[in-house]
Amino acid sequence: MLLQEALARRRATRIRDGDDMTDMGDTEGEDWMHTKTLVKPDDQLDLSDQASIISQLKEEFTRILTANNPHAPQNIVRYSFKERQYKQTSHVDQLAIHFTLDGNMLHKDSDEAKRQRARLGLPEVTQEAAGSEGGETTPAAAAAPAEGEEGKEEGKEGEQTEETTTPAPGGAEAGKKLTNQFNFSERASQTYNNPYRERGTATEPPPRATFSANVTQWEIFDAYQEDFEKQEKSKEKKTIPGRKEEEKTRKKLTITETQGDDVSRISKAAKIIERMVNQNTYDDIAQDFKYWEDPSDEYRENEGTMLPLWKFSFEKAKKLAVTSLCWNPRYKDLFAASFGSYDFMKQGNGMILFYTLKNPSFPEYVYETDSGVMCLDVHKENSYLVAVGFYDGSVGVYSIGKKEPLHRCTAKNGKHTDPVWQVRWQKDDLENNHNFYSVSSDGRIVNWTILKNELTYEDVITLHMPDSSGEGPDGTKVSTIGCGTAFDFHKKNDYLFLVGTEEGKINTCSKAYSSQFLDSVDAHNMAVYKVRWNPFHPRIYITCSADWQVKIWEVSSQTTADKTEGISNESQTKKPLFTFDLNNSVGDVAWAPYSSTVFAAVTADGKIFMYDLSINKYEPLCEQMIAQKKKTKLTHLEFNPFDPIIIIGDDRGNVTSVKISPNLRKMPKEKKGAPPPDPAVKEANEIAKLEKLLAMVREPSDDKK
Amino acid sequence: MAEQTEEKKEPESKRAVHTYPLIRHSDMNDEMRTEAMELCVTACEKFASNNENAARMIKETMDKKFGASWHAVVGEGYGFEITHEVKNLLYMFFGGNMAIIVWKCS
Repeated sequence: MLLQEALARRRATRIRDGDDMTDMGDTEGEDWMHTKTLVKPDDQLDLSDQASIISQLKEEFTRILTANNPHAPQNIVRYSFKERQYKQTSHVDQLAIHFTLDGNMLHKDSDEAKRQRARLGLPEVTQEAAGSEGGETTPAAAAAPAEGEEGKEEGKEGEQTEETTTPAPGGAEAGKKLTNQFNFSERASQTYNNPYRERGTATEPPPRATFSANVTQWEIFDAYQEDFEKQEKSKEKKTIPGRKEEEKTRKKLTITETQGDDVSRISKAAKIIERMVNQNTYDDIAQDFKYWEDPSDEYRENEGTMLPLWKFSFEKAKKLAVTSLCWNPRYKDLFAASFGSYDFMKQGNGMILFYTLKNPSFPEYVYETDSGVMCLDVHKENSYLVAVGFYDGSVGVYSIGKKEPLHRCTAKNGKHTDPVWQVRWQKDDLENNHNFYSVSSDGRIVNWTILKNELTYEDVITLHMPDSSGEGPDGTKVSTIGCGTAFDFHKKNDYLFLVGTEEGKINTCSKAYSSQFLDSVDAHNMAVYKVRWNPFHPRIYITCSADWQVKIWEVSSQTTADKTEGISNESQTKKPLFTFDLNNSVGDVAWAPYSSTVFAAVTADGKIFMYDLSINKYEPLCEQMIAQKKKTKLTHLEFNPFDPIIIIGDDRGNVTSVKISPNLRKMPKEKKGAPPPDPAVKEANEIAKLEKLLAMVREPSDDKK
Repeated sequence: MAEQTEEKKEPESKRAVHTYPLIRHSDMNDEMRTEAMELCVTACEKFASNNENAARMIKETMDKKFGASWHAVVGEGYGFEITHEVKNLLYMFFGGNMAIIVWKCS
């Protein structure tokens, strides 16, 4: 058994090795088993004989091979319906089937195969590909490759199996690789959803109102009736347009009223704001005003400077000249300035402005007048009262806060016929009425008294030329009058006052004598522009004139001593104590309020001169250009009674304030040493100081005499 | 109705004078008021016998001209209490016997 098995295996392997090997193997391997016996068919030709071989070989057999089936019938006749006769069919089927064998193989992808596979529970396609045939044929066929000695049929099958199996490994490989071409994979991903946020606003609903009424025929009727009557009335009046106009004006009125109210309501706040803004804007100037002292003064003995501070200008007053300045006696930062024109050919309107140092940008009060304002004076006790003299000769009294003047004289009640050059408040009279004086070119000096509601006047004195009065006996008796241009009242003696005239005279007058002068001096060659008493010394006064000169005078001792006696020798004071030539028309001169020896003067070429007689009797301590433009004339100046500043007016409507440096004002203190608190002592000192100077000057003049 | 008409006839002669449109109450601005008034007059003249149509015409035209949600009442006798948007109310008489109220409220 074992041997047979082994043999069978050997064979099988040999057969597998290849077909060509079988013959060789058979011959070699089976030599020992078979004897050399040749089996021959009976009819096989014997080729041993040569001749017969040749003849046999030459013999020809002729055979024609056709594809016709010998068994197929040749004469098949069929009935042709078309031709209605039997016809022989030419085409006969020559095919003869000798053998048929139905195969039992299936394509692996066919439905049947799938079904079978499913039945067998073989899920894998690759395995099936390898063993599908074997498994499907028979169990014997599965072993077919192993057994080589089956029939031809089997052999063929084996070959077939081999053919199919040869691609099998390839199929297995493909099974690994091969992807299902209908393979479908689904991929998905979810994006992140932004969170929602709600936001909503609600608008305000449009305003609504309710309305209700009842409609009835009688209401309609009444309404029509009423309307009809109204129409009738309006037709009668015929004032439909008029009414409209009235309504309009009424509306306007109400509008203006309300506006006025609005403005006035915020006026105080607005004023504060304005002041604050100005305080910021002009902060540096305010600092200078308060604290700046020219440090260079320490190194200059006899010189001083003036530091320009605020400049006050008002658009409407640009073309007018400053005609007078006056500090308010109560509020030391407030001053009044009058505006007019000195040019005879260019007279126009005038203006009064009140400025405060706290607000240089805009005046506190503005009064516009129809005539040029030539002078003003603020009442000493009642600082709201302002006396004003106009170019047209009238005088007026303004009250601060009221737009219109309280009083204004007319041609009927004593108006001057020429410009009023100066006004000055006096002490209230015995009946406690306010009164003031005015001087004008018409030669009259008038005392104006404010009675309850009217302004009464009284001519105090009429200036006449002493020369012409001398000519009087000549027969012509033409009383030529003197044109008054300036006056000043004595500080102590109520009745005593000085009048400067256009002719250059200085008349010493008394309120008590209306016909005569106490004294008369030919002081200047041209018009006297200003005359002022010394604030300390009772007999000294200063004058300035268009003849370029400033002079200091002393009232004759007799006159001052015996004021009541009146006239005395006029020759006493014919000569000035001091004369200063300023090289241009001197518009104004003023004593300093703090020293008896200090005064300042402004000229038409834009300069200010400041003298201190106790330091230098000949040269000014300070000579400074104030006007910023050429050809600007300085017209007036005024010392502030409290602070070391001067306000200077020019003919272009500007008021400039300057601070005077320590050198120009410390001298009196220095002289005094420790300044005495008592004003009386101070005054005495001041007088003494001036007296000392005068002593030096008087002697030569006495000598001359 | 018949009685009413008869009653009316007597004062008709007097009332004939007052057939002009009379604005009884309005808080519209002038331009809008005149336009609305003229519209009411036109509508009432056009549909003299049909108040409903007149009211519809007024309402639709006002909707077109001044935006949606207008309401109009046309009649000879009725009472009303309405809520309207301010500046959008017109209450007027017309033709001596007709009262028209137009208002807007959305």
